[in-house]
Amino acid sequence: MSLSKIKFDKKIILSFWIILIALIIAAPTILPVFRLNLLGRYLSLSIVALGVDLIWGYTGLLSLGQGIFFALGGYCAAMYLQITSSSEFPNNIPEFFALYGVEKLPFFWEPFRSPVFTFFSIWIIPAFVAGLIGFLVFRNRIKGVYFSILTQASLLVFFNFFNGQQKLINGTNGLKTDVTQLFGQMVGSESMQRTFFWITAILVIAAWFFAKWVVKGRFGNILIGIRDDEPRVRFTGYNPVIFKTIIFSIAGGLAGISGALYTVQSGIVSPQFMTVPFSIEMVIWVAVGGRGTLLGAILGAVFINYAKSLVSEALPASWMFIQGGLFILVVTALPEGVLGWIQGDGPRNLLQRFGLKRKIETYPSLEVNNKEGNNE
Amino acid sequence: MELLLDSLFNGVAIGSVLLVAALGLAIVFGLMGVINLAHGELMMLGAYTTYVTQLIFKLPILKPFYNSYIIVSIFLAFIVSGVVGILLEKTIIRKLYGSPLETLLATWGVSLILQQFVRSVPLAYGTGLVISLLIGLFLPTSFPSKIKESINFKYFKFSSWIFAALTGVLTGSVISSSVSKLSRASARNVDVTAPSWMRGQIEIIGTAFPKTRLMIIVITLISVIAITLFLNQSAWGMRIRAVTQNRQMSDCLGISTEKVDIITFGIGSGLAGVAGVAVSLLGSVGPNVGGNYIVGCFMVVVLGGVGNLLGTVLASFGIGIMTDLIGAGRLLSIWPDMPLPLSNTINFFATTSMARVMIFALIVIFLQFKPTGLFPQKGRMVEN
Repeated sequence: MSLSKIKFDKKIILSFWIILIALIIAAPTILPVFRLNLLGRYLSLSIVALGVDLIWGYTGLLSLGQGIFFALGGYCAAMYLQITSSSEFPNNIPEFFALYGVEKLPFFWEPFRSPVFTFFSIWIIPAFVAGLIGFLVFRNRIKGVYFSILTQASLLVFFNFFNGQQKLINGTNGLKTDVTQLFGQMVGSESMQRTFFWITAILVIAAWFFAKWVVKGRFGNILIGIRDDEPRVRFTGYNPVIFKTIIFSIAGGLAGISGALYTVQSGIVSPQFMTVPFSIEMVIWVAVGGRGTLLGAILGAVFINYAKSLVSEALPASWMFIQGGLFILVVTALPEGVLGWIQGDGPRNLLQRFGLKRKIETYPSLEVNNKEGNNE
Repeated sequence: MELLLDSLFNGVAIGSVLLVAALGLAIVFGLMGVINLAHGELMMLGAYTTYVTQLIFKLPILKPFYNSYIIVSIFLAFIVSGVVGILLEKTIIRKLYGSPLETLLATWGVSLILQQFVRSVPLAYGTGLVISLLIGLFLPTSFPSKIKESINFKYFKFSSWIFAALTGVLTGSVISSSVSKLSRASARNVDVTAPSWMRGQIEIIGTAFPKTRLMIIVITLISVIAITLFLNQSAWGMRIRAVTQNRQMSDCLGISTEKVDIITFGIGSGLAGVAGVAVSLLGSVGPNVGGNYIVGCFMVVVLGGVGNLLGTVLASFGIGIMTDLIGAGRLLSIWPDMPLPLSNTINFFATTSMARVMIFALIVIFLQFKPTGLFPQKGRMVEN
């Protein structure tokens, strides 16, 4: 799976960027607020998909528990919003505490009064939790399917914990954010949602560049090495545990940011973010888009979620069938995903099937490619 | 003492459901390195089979035998889940051999489809479909070898599938017209009522045990014994063990690994069906019933290690007993005057969901010392 077999022309890349930026600028004015909000949510989901792509597409670790970090980020954001807009409630603590007769703020809520702490906690706490889980698991050379089911189990554990603790974090009801205030404005208001869309769009691009930077160079090479042949990496003198832990906590941090953005745009964070199906869905976005291609992860997340909302509006019962079929289809017929298929030999093979012959590469063309620096 | 016995019994009952379900998972995982995420849905199929059997036994013809429906449904559940499992192996899992993570995703897709299938297809026609699958898959294998080896075997195969489809539609419509509850699709949970001889309690050494739970323990016991005998005494069992130990060498020695895979997967899935019968006795049956147990099964496989039934048995009873001890806060009543901080901690974890949190933490700690489970497979390979 080499990254890009066809080098896109510089002009194409430039025009792609121009179109993308134009779309982002135009979106808030073209789309109605409802659709804009949906698009913003899907864009924020694409950040978590980038994380999944980093650990699965590049490092070969299939985590079925990214929902933990996603929800943790969301909870951090929601706790800050709840606590800053709780001044009119009894005891100056969020409203829901009164339902359970809690009068004193639980100790771990205290630091979330500070916006600076919240800003950092949104990505550091999930990254730290991911690093901890990752280290404990990778240290023992647990990998492959074992790793996947352990992450799934830890997801369920976190779900149970958050679901059961009414007195600490409102349990299964979750924390609402849409009626809270941020900078004197209601979070659920139209103008606020527009701002969040901008922030999300910028952060998606930033996350993309960050992920590109991570997989580039020696660090990225070791990740791919771990994916393809971990014992060999170990025998060469590298310690895969460190690299796996780092990339897993990076993915956790990305998931946290994504969760926070998703929370403020959907208006609530609840243990539903930590259900098993949601976390596996994240994997399928990447699988369909193309694992090992960062753009594929983003596009996969946005398009599949968009398709999901369209299909669920029209035929609610059929989405499960479609999704299930998608899992099977992608894994058996299109293992590299759509973008991987396009970048690979897919289209040429398809043309060949219709009788159009594949172009034979001759020496001059190879030389031309080499001059452009295409000597992978 | 009585309390301890009670706790032990409850733990064993929880553990036995886990055990039957995890047994199939562990055997398949040991053999093929594949974790089947649709295992929970195969359990769900087993539970629904119990429900369908119960309703069919209420028909006038079978009414005299109503009390024995639960015994019949154990066999039927084994067959139903086994057939679906075999189909799954033949169509999807075989193609993904050697890439376990992809298999994980594909089986998740299957589980979604199965869940939605139960919701949106009337159970009567679901039964018909399973019957036609059964006939289509097994009728060709029962032909005399003269036909099997003939060049026209594919036509025989094809016609047996047509026959299977017709039979399936026929049974589906017969059931649908005679049992009205099965003729409509519904996403609602259904209830299986135990036959009269299984209701009530039995008193042993001064403690009352519910009969349904005893029944579950008996089912588990029989399944474990049967599987142990099968693996250790029969020819196919020997082949399965051989392939589990060294696939390539077994292949070289003339064992058909393809057949071994199918048989093992069928048995593993069938055991999930049997677990489904047990589950249906414990609570109501719905499309999501498998999901409640599946992660517990994974933990059993992780804890027990692969390739050894004893590990699976110990792990599931261990998890079952711990769940009950922690979840019901029984430690507190067994040892009433423990120090306050400790008792506060125990109270904090004394719900079923928090018990899971605790148990998972314990398992992760355990894995720090024995990463490959209780009874790891011995070998000299770098990678397993």
